[in-house]
Amino acid sequence: MSEEVQTDDNVQSQRVVGATIPQDVIPPRESGWKRSFKSLALMRESPIGMLGLFLVSFWVIMAVLAPILPLYGPNEILVPLQKIGAAAPDGGTFWLGTDHKGRDILSRIIWGAQKVLIWATFATFVAYVFGMLMGVIAGYLGGWADEIVSFIANVFLSFPFIILCIIIVATLGASGWTIVVAVTFASAPQIMRIVRGLVLDLKTRDYIFAAQTRGESPLYIMLVELLPNARGPLIVDACLRLGYTTVAIATLGFLGLGLPPPDPDWGLMIKEAVPLGSFAGHSMYLPAAALASLILGFNLLADGLREVSLRD
Amino acid sequence: MLILAAKRLTSMILIMLVVSFILFSLFETDKMAVAGKVLGPYSSVEQREIWLDNNGYNQPFITRYFTWVGNALTGDFGQSLQYKVPVSELLADRLANTGILALVFFTLLIPLSLTLGVLAGMKEGSLQDRTISIASVLSTSVPEFATATFLTGLFVYTWDILPGTSSMTGGFDWKQLVLPVLVLLIYDFGYVTRMTRASMAEVMTSQYIRTAVLKGLPYKRVIMKHALRNALIAPFTVIVLQLNWLLSGLVVVEVFFAYKGFGTLLLDAALFGDIFVIEACVMVAVFIAVFSQFISDLGYTLLNPRIRFD
Repeated sequence: MSEEVQTDDNVQSQRVVGATIPQDVIPPRESGWKRSFKSLALMRESPIGMLGLFLVSFWVIMAVLAPILPLYGPNEILVPLQKIGAAAPDGGTFWLGTDHKGRDILSRIIWGAQKVLIWATFATFVAYVFGMLMGVIAGYLGGWADEIVSFIANVFLSFPFIILCIIIVATLGASGWTIVVAVTFASAPQIMRIVRGLVLDLKTRDYIFAAQTRGESPLYIMLVELLPNARGPLIVDACLRLGYTTVAIATLGFLGLGLPPPDPDWGLMIKEAVPLGSFAGHSMYLPAAALASLILGFNLLADGLREVSLRD
Repeated sequence: MLILAAKRLTSMILIMLVVSFILFSLFETDKMAVAGKVLGPYSSVEQREIWLDNNGYNQPFITRYFTWVGNALTGDFGQSLQYKVPVSELLADRLANTGILALVFFTLLIPLSLTLGVLAGMKEGSLQDRTISIASVLSTSVPEFATATFLTGLFVYTWDILPGTSSMTGGFDWKQLVLPVLVLLIYDFGYVTRMTRASMAEVMTSQYIRTAVLKGLPYKRVIMKHALRNALIAPFTVIVLQLNWLLSGLVVVEVFFAYKGFGTLLLDAALFGDIFVIEACVMVAVFIAVFSQFISDLGYTLLNPRIRFD
């Protein structure tokens, strides 16, 4: 682990020095996209990561394609409680059957994927903005700033995750935006802790001293020097956290505090289907399996990313 | 050691105070709304004014807050709006039920996950290590209510050998505890197992284990006498901290199986707007979380003589 950090440091200092060396001496750096693609290709070495990547991409593609796939409307009321593969009255097929209200389950699962992925990504992003700002402030400035930010984080960390979400949603009323607020309050302190730890390590590096000597402002150092260099572990964490957020959104839906009906929500679909399980098992197994596969995908992808990033 | 305990205790009390202040200002800043909740939506403004006056709500906010904290410390959280009984009675009853669930869960979790973790960590990279590791990743990746759905499908609908709800309406029935505990176990054992495995694997590479093996001690004895002692320090912390996670999981599992515990009480209160119950439940949950953190910090220091605080 310590060797790993060392080599990373060398590469970084070369890059800083590189600014003063004529361009033709060192090979030009590949574009960001090309490098991201290359690191993605590294995932091939981790079978677990590939499985995760496959599961996550499957749901992302389904979510993106939802509007153009030949599906029934997710809230369209057709024939209730049809079995898997039953024929629809208009000549089509209910590939995954219909639920107790007569809505097509396949369509609701795919539209539900779109909804949960959009809100989970957005909520995780907002939580990251706040968490990273808090973490970099606490870690880089230290002293009183650190004490205050860490204390605030500790206060919110002392709430069990779902309980914090429940009180926030109960006070503000259920909606997508409330979920974003709840996830931010619950996740930002955890992100803050991770970023703070990374920054405490990074701020002793030479390139930070170089920036300080150049007379850069603390804000510039925090945003341009520190955060981009902390990205490795943060990408792995973000992937895990997308999974947690998806679970949180589905759990809130299951508890009746999620995105308001009738739009499809995996958690609510499970809640509504469980009492009917004795004669319509598919309407409860399918959304549960969809949720489990997406979360598993995020977790395995994060494991794969961690494995690959620790390798070379 | 005492200084550490005192420090941690101070920060614990400080956090509890801040949390209580946040809660109080969240739910009781608007006193007309409180009166409206207590007296019902059809009460007149005059009635609400009289109620506010009688219950000391016309005092300044800070005075009200400290009165509330004082009452809370003596266990008086007011009356539940939904059930019309004192919150403390309701809470004691529900906490006892949750306590039973948690107790059964921990008595099964600890031996199970420690054994699996030690078995996996004993020989890093072996077949049994990989099997256990993959199983623990898989089971932790499936959210509680998805696991609960699959288990209910199998045990209740397909095989019909266990009850699908755990409301215990006809007295205590251990059969109704099986599914909730199983769901919690499947979700939680992976994490503790992984921590134990990591800790065990680290100990197994240390010099003194190599010495013990090289001087010809039986392998069993090396594991039982030398390795376990040091390998079980880290899992201790994880298990105690598990309480915080368990509270989240309990809410979901209790609601799924309609178990009359702390989690269903909190959710019902949140859906009904029963503010005094919400306040009491959240204070209890945060207390459990903070207190378990405190215990795990102290325990870790006691168990691990290499750690010294100034």
